[in-house]
Amino acid sequence: MTKTKMRLVVIGNGMAGIRTIEELLKMSADEFDITVFGAEPQPNYNRILLSPVLSGEMKFQDTVLNDWSWYEENHITLHTGKTVTKIDRVRCTVETDDGIVTPYDRLLIATGSNPIMLPVPGINLPGVLGYRSIDDVEKMLAAAQPGKRAVVIGGGLLGLEAANGLSLRGMDVSVVHLCEWPMERQLDKVGGGLLKEALEKRGLKFYLSRQTDAILGETAVTGLRFKDGEEIAADLVVMSAGIRPNIALAKSAGIHCERGIVVSDTMQTYDPKIYSVGECVQHRGQTYGLVAPLFEQAKVAANHLARYGAMRYEGSSVSTKLKVTGIDLFSAGDFNPVAGDDELLLQDAARGVYKKLVLRDNKLRGAVMYGDTVDGPWYFQMMRDGTDVSGMREHLLFGQMHIGDSGHGGTAAVASMPDTAEVCGCNGVCKGTIVNTIIDKKLFTLDEVRAHTKASASCGSCTGMVEAILANTLGGDYSAKPSKKPICGCTEYAHQDMYKTIRERELKAIPEVMQALEWKTPDGCHVCRPALNYYLLAAWPGEYVDDSRSRFINERVHANIQKDGSYSVIPRIWGGVTTPSELRSIAEIAERYEVPTVHITGGQRIGLYGITKENLPKMWGELVEAGFVSGHAYGKSLRTVKTCVGSEWCRFGTQDSTGLGIKVEQMTWGSWTPHKFKIAVSGCPRNCAEATIKDFGVVCVDSGYELHVGGNGGVKVRVTDFLCKVESEAEVLEYCGAFMQLYREDAHYLDRTAPWIERVGLPYIKRHIVDDEQGRAELYARFLKSQQYSQDDPWRERAEGKEAHEYVALATIG
Amino acid sequence: MNWIQVGKLEDIPRQGSRVVKTATGEIALFRSVDDQVFALNNRCPHKGGPLAQGIVHGKRVTCPLHSWVIDLESGAAIAPDTGCAHRHEVRIAHGALFLEAEAGVCKA
Repeated sequence: MTKTKMRLVVIGNGMAGIRTIEELLKMSADEFDITVFGAEPQPNYNRILLSPVLSGEMKFQDTVLNDWSWYEENHITLHTGKTVTKIDRVRCTVETDDGIVTPYDRLLIATGSNPIMLPVPGINLPGVLGYRSIDDVEKMLAAAQPGKRAVVIGGGLLGLEAANGLSLRGMDVSVVHLCEWPMERQLDKVGGGLLKEALEKRGLKFYLSRQTDAILGETAVTGLRFKDGEEIAADLVVMSAGIRPNIALAKSAGIHCERGIVVSDTMQTYDPKIYSVGECVQHRGQTYGLVAPLFEQAKVAANHLARYGAMRYEGSSVSTKLKVTGIDLFSAGDFNPVAGDDELLLQDAARGVYKKLVLRDNKLRGAVMYGDTVDGPWYFQMMRDGTDVSGMREHLLFGQMHIGDSGHGGTAAVASMPDTAEVCGCNGVCKGTIVNTIIDKKLFTLDEVRAHTKASASCGSCTGMVEAILANTLGGDYSAKPSKKPICGCTEYAHQDMYKTIRERELKAIPEVMQALEWKTPDGCHVCRPALNYYLLAAWPGEYVDDSRSRFINERVHANIQKDGSYSVIPRIWGGVTTPSELRSIAEIAERYEVPTVHITGGQRIGLYGITKENLPKMWGELVEAGFVSGHAYGKSLRTVKTCVGSEWCRFGTQDSTGLGIKVEQMTWGSWTPHKFKIAVSGCPRNCAEATIKDFGVVCVDSGYELHVGGNGGVKVRVTDFLCKVESEAEVLEYCGAFMQLYREDAHYLDRTAPWIERVGLPYIKRHIVDDEQGRAELYARFLKSQQYSQDDPWRERAEGKEAHEYVALATIG
Repeated sequence: MNWIQVGKLEDIPRQGSRVVKTATGEIALFRSVDDQVFALNNRCPHKGGPLAQGIVHGKRVTCPLHSWVIDLESGAAIAPDTGCAHRHEVRIAHGALFLEAEAGVCKA
């Protein structure tokens, strides 16, 4: 059967247009006949890397994103060196300067932008160039002879990169700029001043607050005259006074344009058959000149072209990093404070470091950093997430390393890490491998890095570091993870909305969710199914039937798989307190099953290792007989409640920490949570149970109980945040249950409490758990209700025959 | 061909898998959501992970050890990973499962 394909014509063979095609091919590879027109003679290349080509740090070949064969392999008709001169919206055709007429069903305009050429005399002289294409770069390189003089008009990001490149090529370079300091759109006066000094040390000359009156020369450029009459000599003039969306074609076709081609949140122009993406568009009054927004737009446009209709583009916040080797500069958001904003400043002239943060209503509004930019991506993420930073304000300026008392996060340190340092411990991937793969394979997103290097593809605890490496390697080109990102490739829905959507639309089974929310795959994948299973379980306690087919192996068989395919068995030992008779039972069972390794775990329990799968149910039966239940050491669930001996024995003990720990464990065991959840109760501030690196920690004091939340002792050590102090054990139980329930309802699946709290901010937690008495009581009630259905011991059920097929072979042959 | 009956379709849960032990190693049988059955050597081409313990989705299975995704029809790892968990022929007749114990060549 031959189906008539839709005809998609793309005007513009640049990054935005081709990225849209790539996204479209991912979604529906066969639906379109695609034709691409490019005015430049090259295949699609990475325009952002023009500066390294100019400076000699890269070759053009390294910047090609899609070579000729890519177009062939994907059956895309490519016309390079052809300019589309006419769009006939009635007949739905486009026409080129040399007379090719191509019909379309859908049209995508991605014509990008043009450099602004100042309307001054002499602008058309040979030797006056824009800075926008590889062609411009080649002309500049041809003119760039050591010792000759270049003048760059425009001291913005691009102008400075051009100036730096020409200077590295041995030219004598001056920068002319209208404002008092360079890069005034990204930097304040102080930051701009530091940048100017650094560039002057590298040999650039600055003419600031100057306006060009005329470009001088008879047959070729010889110099430049300012409005104040001063003249300087030049053999080459580069115009970099900004860009202007290239809208001439769209305008001539009668498509509504203002500064750019006006598009809606679906990237459609006023003509619904015509889409537009990239630097030529104007969306909600904004135009963009950086690559990250283009990629977000491409995703949305492709989604609608493929008729999924699920996404909206809601604008981008952008950050900037200057690509001049050896100069560290980062800027994002709104960094000029207005009345009511707070400004945090750090200036260390000797180290050449300057940082400015602008806060409004306890949220980050903008950041300018010079000299030390490792925390840029961290600030930017908090800006996008709207994190309440009041809790960390005193330390905010010093960066992520200084939040909390211990080695925090580690993400900030990536810039200074050596290439040989291991980033992903699970898969043994070093920083150098990641950086090289990002450059060689031209990767832009976390998912791509995961696919190609396996870094952060297993336990995910190094995700922050990998993202920081990505951001550091790509600078402003990094399409930072949007604050809402789809759960996986099967859907456009993000974790954020899933619990709420499931509740509000009363979706009660995985297939129902997938149908209602238009999943793109028939039955999801290993990423979204466990997530949906968790959200449904949390949303409908007692009602939703756990889908074992959507559980990772450990949770499906209620034991931890080991590297040789055997399993570990860890029975629950309440509060870490046991008896000789319990120990005897464990010892006898271990001997009977010839357990090769018996290990005391970090959570005050006993782990039996090397158990074959067939033996699990039988062994559990014997443990259940001896009075044990599952320790859930394999689950995203309550693990242990660690305790010290407290006032019962310890001469420093202030409260009965052991007894309280047992009560807490009896209340919380069996609960499923977004990720594993650990609790500890220490009997005094000496804190022998290490309560301040647990998800929920209690430190007993003479007058009551201090509650701490969000600690983590794993890869990234994080000390808890102090939540509040309460007076009775009953209150400890209520706050603990309410906190766990808030975490269960609010966090994304696979978020530990630490990153969750860092995202929403401690004040958010306090508002719900400490300040709102009624809200707390309701959370606690919901937690207890859900617990009614989750404290059936899975080991007992399986010892009695449930899911027996999981534990035995189907057949033995041969 | 040497067809051996190993069980019934209903012995394998939908979106699940079971293992058949042979003298030369384990074979994993998978049942997709639309009741097709596939068989592969129960060893991930990456580090030998037991594929039968993975999550089955579409006509794919994800290895439980390091999340490699293997195509059930060909046994090949999904790009950019490369490798093959050799497939076996399997037939369903009147609800009974027949397995060819010899591994096929890699299609990928």
